[in-house]
Amino acid sequence: MRRRPLEVIAGLTARELLRRRLVHALLLLTALVLVLTGWGFSRIPHLHLGGELLTTQLARLAAAQLQLLVMFMFSFVVGLTAAFLAAPAVAGELESGIALAVLARPISRAEFLVGRWLGLALPLLAYVVLSASVEFWLVAVGTGYAPPNPVGAEAALAGQGLVLLTLTLALSTRLSAMTSGVVAVVVFGAMWVAGVAGAFGSAFHNTAISAVGTVSHLLVPSDGLWRAAVYEIQPRLFASASLSRVGSPFSATSGPTPAYLVFAAAWVLLVLAMAVLSLDRREV
Amino acid sequence: MAAAGAGGRPERQAVLTRGLTKRYGSRLALDGLDLDVGYGEVFGFLGPNGAGKTTFVKLLLGLGRPSAGTGQLLGRPLGDRSARSKVGYLPELFRYQGWLRAREVLTLHCQLAGLPAAGFPDELGRSLELVGLAGRGEDVVATFSKGMQQRLGLAVALLGSPRLVVLDEPTSALDPVGRHDVRELIRRLRQEGVTVFLNSHLLSEVELVCDRVAVVDRGRVLAQGALTDLLSGEGPRVRCLDLPGDALPGLGALRRDGDWVSVPGLDSSHTPELVAAIVAAGGRVFQVDEGRASLEERFLQLLERA
Repeated sequence: MRRRPLEVIAGLTARELLRRRLVHALLLLTALVLVLTGWGFSRIPHLHLGGELLTTQLARLAAAQLQLLVMFMFSFVVGLTAAFLAAPAVAGELESGIALAVLARPISRAEFLVGRWLGLALPLLAYVVLSASVEFWLVAVGTGYAPPNPVGAEAALAGQGLVLLTLTLALSTRLSAMTSGVVAVVVFGAMWVAGVAGAFGSAFHNTAISAVGTVSHLLVPSDGLWRAAVYEIQPRLFASASLSRVGSPFSATSGPTPAYLVFAAAWVLLVLAMAVLSLDRREV
Repeated sequence: MAAAGAGGRPERQAVLTRGLTKRYGSRLALDGLDLDVGYGEVFGFLGPNGAGKTTFVKLLLGLGRPSAGTGQLLGRPLGDRSARSKVGYLPELFRYQGWLRAREVLTLHCQLAGLPAAGFPDELGRSLELVGLAGRGEDVVATFSKGMQQRLGLAVALLGSPRLVVLDEPTSALDPVGRHDVRELIRRLRQEGVTVFLNSHLLSEVELVCDRVAVVDRGRVLAQGALTDLLSGEGPRVRCLDLPGDALPGLGALRRDGDWVSVPGLDSSHTPELVAAIVAAGGRVFQVDEGRASLEERFLQLLERA
C-alpha cells in the first residue's frame, strides 16, 4: 500500500520528536510536575486556618485558584513548546539542505507543510489532553474540586498551542529558525500582556485600554483561548466575583462565545494557508 | 509551449530549455539558457563556481521558478510532479535526516517517490550495494563520514530506477576510490539507458564519462555539443627534421611552423598515416601532437573568450 506524501511527512515529523527524545523529556518532566502538584493538592484539605481544618468549600476554592496557576504553567509550556517545535520544522530543513532532496520528489509544498504541521500538532494535542486530564484528576482526587468544563478547558489550551504552532510554522517559511522562534515567543508574551491590559480596561470601564485586549484577541487568539481555558477551569462563581473584575490574568468574567471559537479555528486555517502560499512561492 | 516548437523533437529530449532566465534582485543568475539533453545521454554541465549550474538544476526540479523562459523535463513542464517521480537527484548540498538510519532515509524516499511498498527491501538492497554501502543500512546517518553521506545521497538518487539522474557535484566529498566508483556507476547507468545530467566543475571527471557537454559562465552557455567535437583541435602535428618538399603524397600540402609540420584539414584519427608519410618521405620524427585539446584547455579558452 502506498502512503500519501502528507502522511509520510507527518509520520516522519512525529517520529523525529520521539527519536530526538523530546517526547521522553517532556513526559518525564511533566510526570514530575504532576506528582509534585498532586501531592501538594492532596495536602490542601489538611491545612488549618485559625486552628481549624479548612472547610470543604474553602479547600476547594483554594484548590481552584492553585489549579489555575498550575494550568497557567501548562499553558506557558504548551505555547513555548509549540514555538520551539515549529521554528526549525521548515526553516531548519531549508537551511540545512535536507528539504532539497525531499521537495525534489513528487510532493507539493502544501503536502510538505501541512504534513509538518500535522506531525507536530497531533503530538501537541495529545500532550495537552494527557497532562491536563491527569492534573484535573489529581486535583479532583486530592481536593474534590473538578473544573466545570474540563473538556472545554483542554480544547482551549490545545487551541492556544495550535495558534502558536501555526504562527511559528508560517514565520519559519520565511525567517530563520532562530528568528521564527524568538518572534513567536515575543508575540505570545505580548498578546498575554495585552490581554491582561484589556481585562484591566474592562474592569475600569476604559474603552481605549479595553480595546487593546480585544484587538490582541483578534490579532493572535492565543490569550483569547487562554482566557477561555481559564473560564472553563475556574468555579463559575469566580466569573461574577469581584476578584475577576480587576483584570487578573488567572480569571475570566465570561466564557468564549461560539463565534470567537469559530474565529480562532478560522484564524489557524487562514495562517496555515498563508504559510503554504509563502512556502510555495519561496526558492529552496 | 514555445520550447516544444523550438526544440523540433521535444519528445527526444530529456531536458530542454529555451531562454531560461533567473534573476535574484539585480543579479542575473541565468541569462536566457538554451539547453538540449537527449534521452540516454550522459550530459556534463560545466562551469566555474557561481556560473549558475546549481540554479539551473533547481529550476529543472521545480525547487525554484524561472524569471523568464520555458523548459521541459522528460517532456513535461519544469516542476511537473509526474516528471519528478522519474527523476533521481543528488543535491550539491547533500544532507539527510541525521537521526534516521540509512535504511530509513531510503525508505522515506521510496515512499515519497510513490514506489510500491512490497518492492522497498529490494530497492534498498540494490541501491546500497550500488554505492558501496551494503551492510551499512542500519547505521545512523549522523555517524556517517561526509563521503559516506554523499554515497547515501547517490543511493537515494538511484531509487526506483529513474529515467533521469541529476547529479550535482557528485564526487565533491569522495576519495579517489569513491570517484572511480561514481564514474563506473555513471557508465552503468548509461548502459541501462538512463539519462545522466552531471553538474560539475571537475573537468577530468566529465571528460571521462560524458557524451555531450555544455560550458556555462555567468548564466550563459558558452559552448554545447558532443565532447569529441568540443575537444577536436586543429589536427595532428609532428615535430621532425630533414623532411623535404611542400606536400605529402596522399595527404596534401604541408604547413610548417618551425620544426612542426601539419596538413590542414587532417583530423587526429589520421595521425598514424601522417607519421608514416613523413617517415616514408625521409623525415626524422621527434614528437607527435595528436592535436586534441584537453577539456581543461578548451574550458579555459572558452572562459577567456567570454
